[in-house]
Amino acid sequence: MGNKVYPDAKSALEGFTFDGMSVMSGGFGLCGIPENLIIALRDSNVKGITVISNNAGVDGWGLGLLLETKQIKKMISSYVGENKEFARQYLSGELELEFNPQGTLAERCRAGGAGIAGFYTKTGVGTLVAEGKETKVFNGETFVLETGLVADLSIVKAWKGDKEGNLIFRKTARNFNPMMATAGKKCVAEVEILVETGELDPDAIHTPGIYVDRIVQGTFEKRIEQRTVTKRENA
Amino acid sequence: MAWTRDQLAQRAAKELRDGFYVNLGIGIPTLVANYIPDGVEVTLQSENGMLGMGPFPYEDEIDADLINAGKQTITALKKTSYFSSSDSFAMIRGGHIDLSILGAMEVNDRGDLANWMVPGKMVKGMGGAMDLVAGVKRVVVVMEHTSKDGASKLLKKCTLPVTGINVVDLVITDLGVFEIDKHGSKPMTLTQLADGVTLEEITAKTEAAFVNALG
Repeated sequence: MGNKVYPDAKSALEGFTFDGMSVMSGGFGLCGIPENLIIALRDSNVKGITVISNNAGVDGWGLGLLLETKQIKKMISSYVGENKEFARQYLSGELELEFNPQGTLAERCRAGGAGIAGFYTKTGVGTLVAEGKETKVFNGETFVLETGLVADLSIVKAWKGDKEGNLIFRKTARNFNPMMATAGKKCVAEVEILVETGELDPDAIHTPGIYVDRIVQGTFEKRIEQRTVTKRENA
Repeated sequence: MAWTRDQLAQRAAKELRDGFYVNLGIGIPTLVANYIPDGVEVTLQSENGMLGMGPFPYEDEIDADLINAGKQTITALKKTSYFSSSDSFAMIRGGHIDLSILGAMEVNDRGDLANWMVPGKMVKGMGGAMDLVAGVKRVVVVMEHTSKDGASKLLKKCTLPVTGINVVDLVITDLGVFEIDKHGSKPMTLTQLADGVTLEEITAKTEAAFVNALG
């Protein structure tokens, strides 16, 4: 059994990156993003990346870091509204963009990882998203054909992992990470807590280790986009 | 006189039924959670992977791993469950969510909805809106009746790229409430006027044809 544990994000990406590659990056907004692997990807200087991620980070953090260095050629996302540099590059024609409805994006990743080439969904029928795509009527309703997605590499973030690559996510930081872990030809996971194999409850594992090629423990900033609070009443 | 944002949210909250699983969009729809009627308990779904969304946290409870689809910090409830994005959209696309309340730029009298892009402007993306309108059992739109320049947003035909066709069941604007028979042939029906709004005013400000059910 080979060793999956790497000492840092940089070494965990070695040999897995090349110009023109596609990368799936987990997270929703800045929640549950692989912070350290994104920085390591930036530092690898790989160019012309197609990034598949629900969002595009913010200026100066998350995938915004890869936009600053112009390493991203194309984004496949559902919502990119939090990033000025993204808008600038897109409007100037430097950056390609493919919008997928969020559920279609999630399902494309799930399908890709499961060896399913395509699926029919009602989402997007009659909209720009369905233009040029095959449609089919099932039980009197029209569905559009969407394809499964795979990437050369997926980078995901989990809360706990073991040396076997088994992963457990925490709260809404799970989001796209489990599907993307299955849909990368290679998958590197970063975790807050790395434990010995056998220490995780097998019934509680969200992503089985078969999907994870390499695992690395990191520290995380966990930036918050919208800090909304309830004021305590004065007692 | 027309309904304020909070009155709109309050009117939309009357569409909630006890036991409903509900997804609320960003903006006025979010305010609906403040007006859940007495005796009605609903479970709020957040499409980033949570069922049973609680209120905003106290300052010392903030958890970066716990946000809603608007990226706002929130809290969990006793009944809360967490899941992946694909499980979340299985709920949405599989027809398991009872009600979605969301905003719109344009709606037509056949229930077509446009709320995600204006050509020529930077487009932020549709997020989960196309999935929600395609999959949720009942779709309620809450919006201003007219745009800033006074043009009707209730149209015969949407001019903006649509989010879905034949998807809207009810439109609540600051001037009144309209029912739409999205899969049938019944015309759009005016069922309520906002306080102080006359039939003449709402007729003048509505491009789409409708019948008056106010009697």
